[in-house]
Amino acid sequence: MAGQDRPELVAAPDETALEAAFQARVDAETRIEPRDWMPEKYRRFMIRQISQHAHSEYVGMLPEGNWITRAPTLRRKAALLAKIQDEAGHAAYLYSAAETLGTTRDQTLEDLHSGKAKYSSIFNYPVLTWADIGTIGWLVDGAAIVNQVALCRTSYGPYARAMVRICKEESFHQRQGFEIMTTLAHGAPEQKEMAQDALNRWWWPALMMFGPHDADSPNSEIAFKWKVKRQSNDELRQRFVDMTIPQADFLGLSVPDPDLTWNETTGHYDFGPIDWDEFWRVVKGDGLCNRDRLDARRSAHEDGAWVREAAMAHAEKKRAAKQNVA
Amino acid sequence: MNAPAADRDAALFRYLLRLGDTSHVLCHRLGEWCGHGPIMEEDIALTNVALDLIGQARLFYQYAGEVEGKGRSEDELAFLRPERDFNNLLLVEQPNGDYARTMARQFLFDAWNLLLFRGLEQSTDPRIAEIAAKAVKEITYHRRHSAGWVIRMGDGTEESRRRIVAAFEQLMGFTAEFFHMDDIDRQMADAGIGPDLSALRDPWMADVEAVLAEATLGWPTATWSVLGGRHEGRHTEHLGYMLAEMQSMQRQYPGLNW
Repeated sequence: MAGQDRPELVAAPDETALEAAFQARVDAETRIEPRDWMPEKYRRFMIRQISQHAHSEYVGMLPEGNWITRAPTLRRKAALLAKIQDEAGHAAYLYSAAETLGTTRDQTLEDLHSGKAKYSSIFNYPVLTWADIGTIGWLVDGAAIVNQVALCRTSYGPYARAMVRICKEESFHQRQGFEIMTTLAHGAPEQKEMAQDALNRWWWPALMMFGPHDADSPNSEIAFKWKVKRQSNDELRQRFVDMTIPQADFLGLSVPDPDLTWNETTGHYDFGPIDWDEFWRVVKGDGLCNRDRLDARRSAHEDGAWVREAAMAHAEKKRAAKQNVA
Repeated sequence: MNAPAADRDAALFRYLLRLGDTSHVLCHRLGEWCGHGPIMEEDIALTNVALDLIGQARLFYQYAGEVEGKGRSEDELAFLRPERDFNNLLLVEQPNGDYARTMARQFLFDAWNLLLFRGLEQSTDPRIAEIAAKAVKEITYHRRHSAGWVIRMGDGTEESRRRIVAAFEQLMGFTAEFFHMDDIDRQMADAGIGPDLSALRDPWMADVEAVLAEATLGWPTATWSVLGGRHEGRHTEHLGYMLAEMQSMQRQYPGLNW
């Protein structure tokens, strides 16, 4: 009966043909836009990736936020406030980019709060000293830039455009972090020690930010096919290592990897094995801060419910009053 | 330097610290919200206000350091003075509480601060006039933002109304300090450096009453009022904890460059 009422369903173009046309657009480097037809799997894949990225920005405000009230100088306090504000802005554009795929911010936040959606596991590590603030800017933002520069050419238009904007701000944060590290590394012995300790704790987690080895990365194949991704996790990780080691040398700090060596033949740094057991343990809940991060996000949302309700109720009263006048 | 000029500089130094301390302490409170706001857009808005306030604080501290002439930097003034030497308004050191308390505190302050800075914009001291001219634009936005929330909460839901009413009752008694003048304030007003604070009372009340009316709220019934922070460094107990945290790095590692 439904078929008789809606004859267009019978005449719907063949899914395989649509998918072929979609793949042809991707292969021709034409950006996919929200109104374009796309396979349901692609839509879900992009929602997952963009919202995970948005959650990372949003949750990422918390560890650095802990240091706003303890920033050592007024200039550093202002810069840290501005950085965290940028992160809130990034989260806002990314949630909007996810909404172009037919989800809502409420839905994506609910998935975060229920634990269904993930955020970058790096934020499950604690931010213990001021040098951690420098290291996060230098390494965590540095790694994020390597990932995000690659994503500026991703196939989904709204995501690619968000990345272009975000990369500009991230590179500013990275320079700011490096500048904090430079000050510490050239400072008093206890500052240099603080800087080295922070590097020791953040180095391996920063390398893990690029995700599992290509062979263990189940989503990679489809991500390449759809040109969501253009470089492998390992290629990006190598680029980050090659970029960062000379910076560590400049600071007079050393990364905690006895196997690190320059390889003349490949023109890259060789580095030691990553402890993937630790990575998965932290992802699955055994980080020092997993519970604190999620509790903070849930409480902010729950405690803010009455505020959002008040704003809606007031807007509704205004709208009704306007209608009465009209 | 002759005695009257030295006296004038000492008064100006203290006057600038009062301005710097008030902006910095409120910035600090707003910074505590960062990442915990009721909605992402409010995290962004509150951080904006905090950034404006810290910018103002730095300019006042830098100028204070120059006026004092002892080579103290903005950071030495912000991070190495004890509680009894802090001269922020009592209102701005009050804890954030819920979002109603934060917005009530902000609105009462913004409405007054806008009038104060419009006065400072006319200062005979060109440095203060210049700082104020930029700040007036920022504070105009702060006031619009906080007034908007007072109105939404007052004329929102039953719960939001109950919360904002309670917030005003808890905070109104701290506003007496806005208009209370000591010798330093009078000296600054006589020299045309700052406005006559007592003259700000009527326009402030008119503004607050108008916003409360739009929020369908009456004037708070609380009749208590207190003084102490801005003139004497006599604070509520909340400031000590804030400074313990705020100054911890400079206290733990004296004399280092960060």
